[in-house]
Amino acid sequence: MMTPAIQLTNVSKVYRRYGGRQFSTLKSALLQRSILRDLQPSETFPALTDVSFSVPKGSTYGVMGRNGSSKSTALKLVAGITKPTSGTVRVEGRISALIELGAGFHPEISGRENVFINGIMLGLTKREIQQRFDEIVDFAELREFIDAPVKTYSSGMYMRLGFAVAINVNPDVLLVDEVLAVGDEGFTHKCLDKFAEFKRSNKTILLVTHSLGLIERFCYEAIWLDGGRAMSHGDPKRVVGAYLTKVEEGEELLLAQTTARAVEAADTAAAPADIPRDPTSNMFQATEGRWGSREVEITDVAFLDGGGQPSFVFHSGDPIAVRVKLHAAQPVDDFVFGIGLFNADGVCCYGTNTYLEEMTPQRLTGDAEATFAIDSLDLVEGTYKLDIAIHKIDGFPYDYHRLLYTFRVKSRVHDVGIYRPHHHWTFSPTVQFKEPLG
Amino acid sequence: MFSNLANLFRYRGLVQSLVARELKARYRGSVLGFFWSFVNPVMLLLVYSFVFSTIIPNRTEGLQPYALFMFCGILPWTWFSASLSEATNSLISGGNLIKKVLFPAEILPIVSVLTNMVNFFLGLLILVPSLMYFHRLHLSFALLWFPVAVLVQLVFTMALALALAALTVHFRDIRDLLANLLTLWFFATPIIYSWTQDNVKAYKSLFDLNPFTHLAISYQEILFFGPVGHWKWLLALGAASVLLFLAGYWLFDRLRDSFAEAV
Repeated sequence: MMTPAIQLTNVSKVYRRYGGRQFSTLKSALLQRSILRDLQPSETFPALTDVSFSVPKGSTYGVMGRNGSSKSTALKLVAGITKPTSGTVRVEGRISALIELGAGFHPEISGRENVFINGIMLGLTKREIQQRFDEIVDFAELREFIDAPVKTYSSGMYMRLGFAVAINVNPDVLLVDEVLAVGDEGFTHKCLDKFAEFKRSNKTILLVTHSLGLIERFCYEAIWLDGGRAMSHGDPKRVVGAYLTKVEEGEELLLAQTTARAVEAADTAAAPADIPRDPTSNMFQATEGRWGSREVEITDVAFLDGGGQPSFVFHSGDPIAVRVKLHAAQPVDDFVFGIGLFNADGVCCYGTNTYLEEMTPQRLTGDAEATFAIDSLDLVEGTYKLDIAIHKIDGFPYDYHRLLYTFRVKSRVHDVGIYRPHHHWTFSPTVQFKEPLG
Repeated sequence: MFSNLANLFRYRGLVQSLVARELKARYRGSVLGFFWSFVNPVMLLLVYSFVFSTIIPNRTEGLQPYALFMFCGILPWTWFSASLSEATNSLISGGNLIKKVLFPAEILPIVSVLTNMVNFFLGLLILVPSLMYFHRLHLSFALLWFPVAVLVQLVFTMALALALAALTVHFRDIRDLLANLLTLWFFATPIIYSWTQDNVKAYKSLFDLNPFTHLAISYQEILFFGPVGHWKWLLALGAASVLLFLAGYWLFDRLRDSFAEAV
């Protein structure tokens, strides 16, 4: 391995929260001559805890994580804008940080003057800027507006100019924080091309992004931060995989809570005297709720994955089973199990019941269980909700649960619509595709 | 600390362009533009002339024209007070830079001081011809003290600007406190009255404690009266200002790492 361009060793960063210091404290601070002591933190927040990584010269390194996972703090430490509380940060070569584009532009003066001042701030000399001026302006696509005050620029123009200056500083180490979202498609491509050029000229890039695709495509290595700790680092594919698994776990938890809340809310809201509604007329009206006489009561609903384990997140094409537990206070002989599947927009994707499927009820007593199994969940990615009901053949509801149960379908393919039929493509030999990457 | 000070020298290009930017941006969009830098002192001078020759006339012998006498003190005071109030706010309003760009933060208060110094010089372009017109200013060696006074004031102002800017990041109260304090300080300094008045002399020892007294008197002697008898005080203040500057810079340096977080 080559010498590292960026090296963080056991870096921790503790942010201080300077608690509500009002005039009285300034006065007392002055009186007691304790200004410096008062500047000690009253509360602390650990932003980064014991993070180490090193980026070899000439490679591209990705930093990923949820919002608030201290990715940007890590970047600021590398940029030298803030200092670590403990540990060491070592960077070799000239740094340019694309943290906030156009930070320091003055709105009243022209783009041209701002380019010069911004360039000098980023460490260029006047002559260097003069040499690169045309390149900068062309890159930003702002030739006709360069002499207009920056306050007249659109936010896109502003960002483009900021990006153009920062990238033309010709750094050895480039720090990028979520800035590719600034331009239109064309500009984004230009930025990516510029990154590729940087990679070719053996410069080091530290890329902070939410775009997992970008990490997989560009980065040689990646680190995943969560709550200021390094969860995993190394091969980007592996790190992204670990991250996605964690995200799913988080979603599971969230969906479980949502469902529990919905059921509870519906339970307390719906009085027994609630008007028995005709379920078919409600079919396309997406309001949550629960009603029915409760002669037969639905006591539990669970989604089971292929291994029979309860889950809330499924992958497109996986098997899924909906297990319903019921309790009948008195034996009944007139009953229909119904199920309806809705997408997030409230569109009914599928609905059926045992009566429609020509099952004639005979008897249901005490505790009972019914399972509705789908062999292959052929839905596109999204959140889906479920109606579960037990009612009489004429529609009189025993217990109707309306859109109370939520699950999520995930997919690596971002196709559109609701239903994904099992499918495959075939082509004549005259049609050719490139080998997929990786 | 001293390496940071040396480092500052490397950024002189940036300081230069930032000062130029501030000056350009200040009047951008107004019809008279940069011309305002001259119009403002002229207006002020006219107002003072009118008030102190017609409404509350001051006919003290040796202080005529009185408006010009006051102006010799008001111009440096304006430099001083505007510098401090802008510098105090500079780190907070420039927070974007401190948080997002690797950038020696002391540049911001320094730019405030220098920008106002340029305005001071522009004001002189109005004051000096007026003084010559009334035969108050004579070409003599006394004028050599003028750059000394400017230098002393520059160091003194920067010392306070650095300390205040750094402290204001943590104690925002200073901004409001300072505005009131400056008004008080203005009237506590012999600018709109002369320290030669008997009722001022009675409190001489108190006035001597006020550092700006010595600057104001020096300017008045150099520009208005001619002979410079106050140079010892000026040099003493200069020496004290250097120490103050080191203290101010030390404080700034001490608090430097907290700016990016607290701004």
